[in-house]
Amino acid sequence: MEKQSLNSNKSSKKNPNKFWGFALKEFRHIFRDKRTLLIIFGMPIAELLIFGYVINNEIKDANIAIYDKSGDYLSQKLTSKLGSSGYFIPKTYLYSDKEIEPVLRSGKAKMVVVYESDFAKKFVKEGNSSIQIITDASEPNTASLLANYAWAIINNFANENGAKELIVAPIDVRTRMLYNPELKAVFMFVPGTMALILMLLTAMMTSISIAKEKELGTMEILLVSPLKPSHIVLGKVLPYVGLAFTNAIVILLLGYTVFGLPMHGSLILLLLLCFIFILLALSLGILISTISNTQQVAMFISMIGLMLPTILLSGFIFPIENMPKVLQWFSAIMPPRWFISALKTIMIKGEGFYYVWKEMLIMIGMIVLFLTLSIKKFKVRLS
Amino acid sequence: MLPIIFMVPIVQLLILANAATFEMKNINLAVIDYDNTVRSREVIRHFNSSPFYTLIPSEKSVEKAEELVHANKVDVVLIISKDFEKDLDNLSTSKVQLLVNAINGTSASLANAYTSSILTGYAKNIMIEKLGSSMNKPSSITTQTSYWYNPELKYSHYMVPGILVVLVTIIGMFLTALNLVREKEIGTIEQINVTPIKRYQFIIGKLIPFWVIALFELAFGLTIGKLLFNIPINGSLILLFGFAGVFLVLALGAGLLLSSSSSSQQQVMFLSFFFIIIFVLMSGIFTSTESMPKWAQIVNRINPLYYFIKVNRMVLIKGANLSDIKESFISTIVLAVTVITLAINRYRKTT
Repeated sequence: MEKQSLNSNKSSKKNPNKFWGFALKEFRHIFRDKRTLLIIFGMPIAELLIFGYVINNEIKDANIAIYDKSGDYLSQKLTSKLGSSGYFIPKTYLYSDKEIEPVLRSGKAKMVVVYESDFAKKFVKEGNSSIQIITDASEPNTASLLANYAWAIINNFANENGAKELIVAPIDVRTRMLYNPELKAVFMFVPGTMALILMLLTAMMTSISIAKEKELGTMEILLVSPLKPSHIVLGKVLPYVGLAFTNAIVILLLGYTVFGLPMHGSLILLLLLCFIFILLALSLGILISTISNTQQVAMFISMIGLMLPTILLSGFIFPIENMPKVLQWFSAIMPPRWFISALKTIMIKGEGFYYVWKEMLIMIGMIVLFLTLSIKKFKVRLS
Repeated sequence: MLPIIFMVPIVQLLILANAATFEMKNINLAVIDYDNTVRSREVIRHFNSSPFYTLIPSEKSVEKAEELVHANKVDVVLIISKDFEKDLDNLSTSKVQLLVNAINGTSASLANAYTSSILTGYAKNIMIEKLGSSMNKPSSITTQTSYWYNPELKYSHYMVPGILVVLVTIIGMFLTALNLVREKEIGTIEQINVTPIKRYQFIIGKLIPFWVIALFELAFGLTIGKLLFNIPINGSLILLFGFAGVFLVLALGAGLLLSSSSSSQQQVMFLSFFFIIIFVLMSGIFTSTESMPKWAQIVNRINPLYYFIKVNRMVLIKGANLSDIKESFISTIVLAVTVITLAINRYRKTT
């Protein structure tokens, strides 16, 4: 061993044993810290389970208030129809205009339905009666969804009760919901959660482990060792590739078994995609570590800098098509966006390489870019 | 470090405030017209003139159109069957089919509803035109909708208060935890431990700077929100900052608690990452908490972010007063006292 290392000092460059020894040391470091290890593996599972059930962009059971100035059979019938729709729970009943504001302000009701007086009489005799819907638009998404639901229910109600002869429009619209006939929300959220966890966890782990050496001053020692700088970085991140990949597989299995996410496409392609994404997150982590000298800065950038953009701009919760143009451009430089899109294409649509090569190419391009930048930065530091 | 503490959140606030919207602005529609008559072209023209729809040219084959859906170029495919015009004119039921990309369930059902209602409306008009006044007009209900507090449905008004809370929390909890563990990791905590300084003095001395920084960040963020997004400030700022003060005691206490149960910055970071992500996504910042399952709503009772986001929005947008936010306030105080007591008790001068 002694001789070998001396030799390699002279011939300076390649010595696989040395490199693997270094990587092995890093592996041991990670596996010795049981608490971190527990978090790294426990966290994705816990979070996927929680978010799979909790995050949902549908609205149901919203508390509403009813202000029924008329109180006749028709208004009561409509109120109970609203209540039985599953979207609304008529919880509060109001008896004056003054009560509307406080009930909305305190958040006891998200929406107030106001019936005009003589509701039934006007409906039957004059052929038209009116309802006022007041929503709490401090939550605009909820407000417009609730208003839409209410509007649809009321219209339906008017059609059922108002026509003297049944009018059916002479058209038959048949809808087929492609890929997700039951309109399950997990189809959106499992891929998103997966991207979020892999991205942040991997970028954080890598950037921290390198920044830590810098902060403690041990990086200097490593740099004067016979190992090449690229080998040092490679050796440091290699264990994390393994960890992250294991995580990806665990998440995929959970998504498949617990949440019933379909697996229509090629498994190998899917794993390849995950692998590219993990490499991407790693190279981003390396880049972060080259620009930060302490763990705090590295953590701050990789957690605070990445968390919200990953959630908001990747199409995880909010569809990218609905965003303003500028934000759509921003989302194009977000790595998770491409991952999520390709993941859905493979798993849910069951498409092959032909439909995801573009996303993969973009991700590989990003890897190259991040690594080139890091190498440049790294060299500057050395000189 | 300080520039990063301020710059990163502010840049995010600027960029992200407008990202969160479910509103459909554009539906990409491909039409396969097997009928190719005056009526069917009229239907297509209807969609073409609607600002919601962008017509995407497609070959006249269902497979080709489905391929466009696969490639994410088309959201909805409208297939007009062969005898569309004949059926409509005879007032027998004409058939159309919609294929909707339903990976995002909510968007899909909205797109389906819009499209069907345009088709049904068109067919109804033709029927009324045909039958003329011989038909009895049915009774109808007029629905007027008003959106209070935010009549233009501006999403930035909704998101800015939410994002601000997340940023302030992260900074408060995270920086405290890191700072304390750093002393542990480097070993300087030993030096402090052998000084005559009392435990509570040390803790208070450590927490106060972060408490001030976080409050300052809140004020800074609010100013930016006001200047750039013109977010409303309808309630009392004193109430808001009073609540924020209590909330931060809770957040800082949580940071302290995290730091006393870890021995390296790496551990602290993973722990806080774990909790922050759960707290943020469950807090109702993006999705309504009322639609979450019951158990999640119960868990939210110990989620500090849930209270702060709610209060921040209520005070800023709706101008809520103390009695409106009473429950959240009390819960936060209880949580704050519990956490800070726990944190102080767990912290030992010996390591």
